[in-house]
Amino acid sequence: MSLTREEVQHIATLCRIALSPEEVDHLSGQLSHILEQFQVLEEVDTQDVTPTSHSVDLNSVMRDDEVTACLDVEHVLANAPRREGDYFKVNVVLEEQHDRPV
Amino acid sequence: MTALYDLTAHQAHDLLQRGEINSEELTQDCLRRIREVEPQVKAFVTVTEELALEQARTLDREHSFSNGSPLAGIPVQIKDVMCTEGIPTTCSSRMLENFIPPYNATVTERLYANNAVLVGKGNMDEFAMGSSTENSAFYTTRNPWDTERVPGGSSGGSAAAVASGEAIYALGSDTGGSIRQPAALCGIVALKPTYGLVSRYGLIAFASSLDQIGPMTKDVTDAALVLNAIAGHDARDSTSIDIQVPDYTKSLAGDVKGLKIGVPKEYFGKGTQPGVQEALDAAMSVLEGLGAHLEEISLPTTKYALACYYIIAPSECSANLARYDGVKFGHSYLDTDSMWEAMELTRQEGFGPEVKRRIMLGTYALSSGYYDAYYLKAQKVRTLIRRELEEAFQQFDALVTPTSPTVAFRLGERTQDPVQMYLSDICTIPANIAGTPAITVPCGFSEGLPVGLQIMGPMLSEPTLLRLGYAYEQATEWHKHRPQL
Repeated sequence: MSLTREEVQHIATLCRIALSPEEVDHLSGQLSHILEQFQVLEEVDTQDVTPTSHSVDLNSVMRDDEVTACLDVEHVLANAPRREGDYFKVNVVLEEQHDRPV
Repeated sequence: MTALYDLTAHQAHDLLQRGEINSEELTQDCLRRIREVEPQVKAFVTVTEELALEQARTLDREHSFSNGSPLAGIPVQIKDVMCTEGIPTTCSSRMLENFIPPYNATVTERLYANNAVLVGKGNMDEFAMGSSTENSAFYTTRNPWDTERVPGGSSGGSAAAVASGEAIYALGSDTGGSIRQPAALCGIVALKPTYGLVSRYGLIAFASSLDQIGPMTKDVTDAALVLNAIAGHDARDSTSIDIQVPDYTKSLAGDVKGLKIGVPKEYFGKGTQPGVQEALDAAMSVLEGLGAHLEEISLPTTKYALACYYIIAPSECSANLARYDGVKFGHSYLDTDSMWEAMELTRQEGFGPEVKRRIMLGTYALSSGYYDAYYLKAQKVRTLIRRELEEAFQQFDALVTPTSPTVAFRLGERTQDPVQMYLSDICTIPANIAGTPAITVPCGFSEGLPVGLQIMGPMLSEPTLLRLGYAYEQATEWHKHRPQL
């Protein structure tokens, strides 16, 4: 199993991390080496085995629908890199689109 | 007389209770010790001197140590992955370098409710990913037994602080061995509780199905005292187990005669150093001498645990760390109008190499076309590992293994090869995969460096683990050794 530079770049885009060309080179070697170690799992027969996502068997945990105290706005925004009034300030998310279906 | 900073929590509590010392004296002694050894050890990201002295003085004025919590007035260090309101919580990452939590983790609240004195936050591998503390974005913590060696990780700062007397005890977190492995390498006790026994609310998430908070202490009695303080149901963590928590100090008595203990041979593989093997052999003889019945067993799926873990943990981490987008808190790249560019550069600058590696690995394992081959396969193998352990625990009360196959390694020795570093966790990972508890206790030295004995048990077997650990500790002197700094 070895990852090409293009595959590494694709993964980086999926997880939104910019990588320098050196990082891409370095990671394609390292990730390939790590993936090789995973091949050992191929020898395990897992037919009819139910996957475990959690070690404790859980049902949906519900609580009563009661209003309780929560953080106030100042606390919530205290670590905001950018704010405007009582809002987090972000870059434009939706670009203007003229061909939007009505 | 022993220096105050070298006391255990229960010894300090006795002195406080008898009025022989007050909390300020004890706290000052730990703070002095921090000033003295921190330049060498580097176990802290933040030292909260003013807060600690204020807490101690208030207690001395208003609190009676003759009743109330045995942890009252006693200095603790908390790994920098647990939220402390108003006090920076960095995860030893550039991403959270300036993050000041607006709330406390449940464990922080519980320690405060027990009148604990907070002396600071522990250095760690960035986002708890690592086995040596060398992945801290700030600096590497040194092993107090030999400062040219690593303290283990990821809770290396907490292990080193307790071993060197900078704090009387600490809280760490364990996803694949992160409290047990550094505890073993620094010669202290640590307990990873059953998954769900301690609330994860306010613990900055790494791999949510594996993460668990636990005590790091100088002896087994302290581990029981700290577990008493932090265990129990919390409505704010939906994976928290809703049970009546026993008084764990009740387990610190009684004998271990007739207990059946399995010795899984796969944990004593070719990577086990001869010195570690010798210490383990001697420890097992002690347990037999105490009347426990030891028997070699085989757990063949053990060999798949590492690969299984290094698929599941990075997968969960890639999802958990998606929250660091530079918008709500943490590092933010501001010099662009493009949303995607801002996010990608925020994450490039904010995360260190190991964190990027794991996010990438997890993203790959979860990505379209590879999900079945990696993530789903690993989850199925997880079922088999868990089932095998459950079956073993039908025959045995506990299992004993090394905590780490080696003693503390040299700084830089494993940083070039991630796979070598991952092997450090080979004995500790199965308990996280199965969600079962495990304790490590000091069991000797090899090359002058501490060796840890790991005792694993079935779900909610903390009383048995503490009983075994305590009985072993009573029969040996290893826990009384302190590093010379």
